[in-house]
Amino acid sequence: MILTRENILNFVITAGLILVPIYAVIVEEPFTITLATRAVIFSLAAVGLNIALGLGGMVSLGHAVFFGLGGYTMGILAFHAQSYIPLFEWPILIEGTKQMLVVWPLAMIISAIAAFVIGLLSLRTGGVYFIMITLAFGQMFFFFSISWSAYGGEDGLSIYVRNQFPLVNTLVPIQFYAICLAILMLALWINARLAKSSFGLALSAARQNTERVRNVGLDPTSIKLVAFVISGAITGLAGALFADLNRFVSPTMFSWQLSGEIMVFIIIGGIGRLYGPVLGAIIFVTLEHFLGGISEYWLVFLGLLLLLIVLFSRGGLVGLLVGRERVHE
Amino acid sequence: MINKTIKILTSSAVLTATALTSSAFADVKVGMITTLSGGGAGLGIDVRDGFMLAIKQSGRTDIEVVIEDDQRKPDIAVQLADKMVQSEKVDVLTGIIWSNLAMAVVPSVTAQGKFYLSPNAGPSALAGAGCHKNYFNVAWQNDNLHEAAGAYANGAGHKNSFILAPNYPAGKDALTGYKRFFSGDLAGEIFTKLGQTDYAAEIAQIRASNADSVFFFLPGGMGISFLKQYASSGVDLPVVGPAFSFDQGILQAVGSAALGVVNTSQWNKDIDNPTNNAFVESFKAEYGRLPSLYASQGFDTANLLISAVATSDVKDADSFRKALEAANFDSTRGDFKFGSNHHPVQTIYARKVIKEGDIFTNMIIGTALENHSDAYAKECKF
Amino acid sequence: MGAANSCTQTCGVFMSFALFAEQVLNGLQSGIMLFVMAAGLTLIFGVMGLINLAHGSLYMVGAFAAAAAAAWTGSFLLALVAALTGAALVGMFVEMLVIRRLYDRDHLDQVLATFALILIFSEGTRFFFGSFPLFLDVPKVIAGPINLPIGIEYPVYRLIIIGVGLCVALGLWLLISKTRLGVQIRAGKNDREMIAALGVNISALYTFVFAIGAGLAGLAGALVGAIQSVQVGMGEPVLILAFVVIVIGGIGSIKGAFIGAILVGLTDTLGGIFLPELFKLFMEGSIATSLGSALASMLIYILMAVILVCRPQGLFGVQG
Repeated sequence: MILTRENILNFVITAGLILVPIYAVIVEEPFTITLATRAVIFSLAAVGLNIALGLGGMVSLGHAVFFGLGGYTMGILAFHAQSYIPLFEWPILIEGTKQMLVVWPLAMIISAIAAFVIGLLSLRTGGVYFIMITLAFGQMFFFFSISWSAYGGEDGLSIYVRNQFPLVNTLVPIQFYAICLAILMLALWINARLAKSSFGLALSAARQNTERVRNVGLDPTSIKLVAFVISGAITGLAGALFADLNRFVSPTMFSWQLSGEIMVFIIIGGIGRLYGPVLGAIIFVTLEHFLGGISEYWLVFLGLLLLLIVLFSRGGLVGLLVGRERVHE
Repeated sequence: MINKTIKILTSSAVLTATALTSSAFADVKVGMITTLSGGGAGLGIDVRDGFMLAIKQSGRTDIEVVIEDDQRKPDIAVQLADKMVQSEKVDVLTGIIWSNLAMAVVPSVTAQGKFYLSPNAGPSALAGAGCHKNYFNVAWQNDNLHEAAGAYANGAGHKNSFILAPNYPAGKDALTGYKRFFSGDLAGEIFTKLGQTDYAAEIAQIRASNADSVFFFLPGGMGISFLKQYASSGVDLPVVGPAFSFDQGILQAVGSAALGVVNTSQWNKDIDNPTNNAFVESFKAEYGRLPSLYASQGFDTANLLISAVATSDVKDADSFRKALEAANFDSTRGDFKFGSNHHPVQTIYARKVIKEGDIFTNMIIGTALENHSDAYAKECKF
Repeated sequence: MGAANSCTQTCGVFMSFALFAEQVLNGLQSGIMLFVMAAGLTLIFGVMGLINLAHGSLYMVGAFAAAAAAAWTGSFLLALVAALTGAALVGMFVEMLVIRRLYDRDHLDQVLATFALILIFSEGTRFFFGSFPLFLDVPKVIAGPINLPIGIEYPVYRLIIIGVGLCVALGLWLLISKTRLGVQIRAGKNDREMIAALGVNISALYTFVFAIGAGLAGLAGALVGAIQSVQVGMGEPVLILAFVVIVIGGIGSIKGAFIGAILVGLTDTLGGIFLPELFKLFMEGSIATSLGSALASMLIYILMAVILVCRPQGLFGVQG
């Protein structure tokens, strides 16, 4: 690995993600671990979106759909497992489950299917229309989940015990955190590989110049669609983990504000940068916690900060810290 | 990371030299999670102010209250509850306004052995099979005020009601509650969109139906919109609703459109007992506004807590629970007692909106239900 | 205690022609109000290429300005003037301070910066006006209903809203197609360099266009606030609806916004009534009501998705 300033920053962030929670265990501050877990899960959701947004240039204001679908996959399966009511009895008996290793692939598959359908329809449009049609899909899911009373409607679903993972006690905060961090690292690795692969290059080209891609015999829409599906699946996985962290799912996971927030993480951190979403989510969760404790009106300060970042530091905080170099372009 | 929260320590040391009430038991730490920012902040602020007023008046130095803002987001509420339990190590939690947030927080904190005193939300799931011995509701079970509205409609001679509520769980509970007690027919039943602000279409349907009365549950801004539009529609069927759309905080925004409308509530500022009179006066003096239903609930919740802290040790869960069950405190509602499922058994009044000087407020005109419990109590087994 | 009789066929509302006509009128009215809101949004996008999420905040500013002015002066007309000018001034100020830095940015930056403005506006308003809704009411003389032909009883104020909305539509059409300013606006839409070369002060033109949009949003906020609730956060649901409208109509097209607004208003109003009734034909009452309402709340988004899938540039959008 080349020792660029960006790599050093990425290393420092990774070290922080490992060391801060360990420190929290030593000084017995379990809540710090909960906050760190929240930041890591949001990072994962944003890493997902960053594949669509940063690499593919698809400004999706509806990624909460996948976050929510992942969450509800976990919630519904756990609900059936804890109430011993089978999910389906016909044509085959399907029971609920509390195994993370079963829930995760399912959450990703369901999110991926949704991303395929939404992407297929939305990619017929472009620009602002794309932003708005993804927002519309988000609203559909949001209103549906509020009024679908079988799984709690607006009240949401409570899960009494966190799901299980082989050899790990997920109820111990640091162990659950370790699982989440491992997944985040895996996703970052996939993201980095993807960006350097020939698919990543084609995607990058499809973002910048559709015609040129078409001229070499590739279909830019299909390339983008594949990226959108991968992106949705990763965000869906983050949703399942988020549901596990809170032991609770609700329609707010589908809200357009959440879609906006996931996008905010990326912008704060730095769009298209590998660690941009991670840094952004960490900053957001930290601010939310500290500013929220200082003033009832903390959202004003968050707004101001966001505004300053967008206006004056293009390239986000990563850009600010390591300059405007970009690995792939 | 440093844990920096707004800590409102009871300032009794400064305010009352007669702080002789500090008991021999361990100090009690209370975590309040409530809505202080965003659209629904008014309710949370009222609960907090009522609660803190009671703590201040008690002059106790052994109760510490940590207050946090949930922004009306369930995931934030869950996170704050984790913080209260893990870092702050509170003994008692309270403060949540909304049923969906309560459903997210209460089962998990009571399962961890903490006490939860609800100053507002009372979802049916927590009153029936999902009840918990450490969960106490000081306000009402969600259906209560709607049931009272149904009972009132019978007494008022309504035979054919048109009923509407938003399409979400609390809305469905509201209509179920009304129907449980109303013995007449239904001229129509509508679920509106959550957050809907224009009711022209629904009002047209009401006009076209042969209803003789209207029942609605539309909390917050939805209720303001409905009442204003209803008043100018020319439909003049009598309207009944629960207190939530006629509360002190929003009544000024509805204005004369609400005048004369009957609503049901377990509290009003004109309930004549020494505690309530003193509460209304001291709340006005402290905060410069009239107390609302929510403020009274916050005040009662704090006084229930104080009564238990005075006679038992919070670290001894069984004796503390007994002290809470006894509910040995002076409520703004007069006598206060819990049913078998730790929800109030109480009288619910019919009130009418009136104008006092420049201010719109409510006046009790009768009793809708006396010593009323809830429909779920018998399903509750601790 | 007796159980209330459950809803049977008689409870399904008897739909006379008068009632149907009244509901269509309601749909039109809500659509026309949406148009006033959406016109500014689409104008701003059309001329400056800016997505302004803070448009809903200007709607809220208008409503609060009106409520404050009405409380102070007691005049509803002055309140409307306050809403229009207040929102336009705030719009101008925000344009000069923030928005003009966003014109040559990509849509993503615009979305994020104006999302930040929503946070600042909402909590700022709460800081100044408190957490409780404000009072704003329609004057007594126009508050009541009036009898229309075929037996419809309709609130006068809602008819006035329709009138104001149509005037705004006409005014905008005249402004854009008949005035010198309109020529500049149309030119600015197509070729910025050209118009700058002609010696038009383009930055003043943009500030002016933004102020018009903001003023219209403020006016809509005040008109609607008088029959709804003036509170923090009131702008966001309307903002999303307004976006649905301009996207359906084709972004930048005033005509598209008008047609889109009417379409959305009618779909939303009539869908909310007829879908539950439709479902009652083949399922049990309360499930039908619940399911029908659920689908009704998704209906306009479905409409939008269908239109975009068939016509990716909206109904009257320009290709490319």
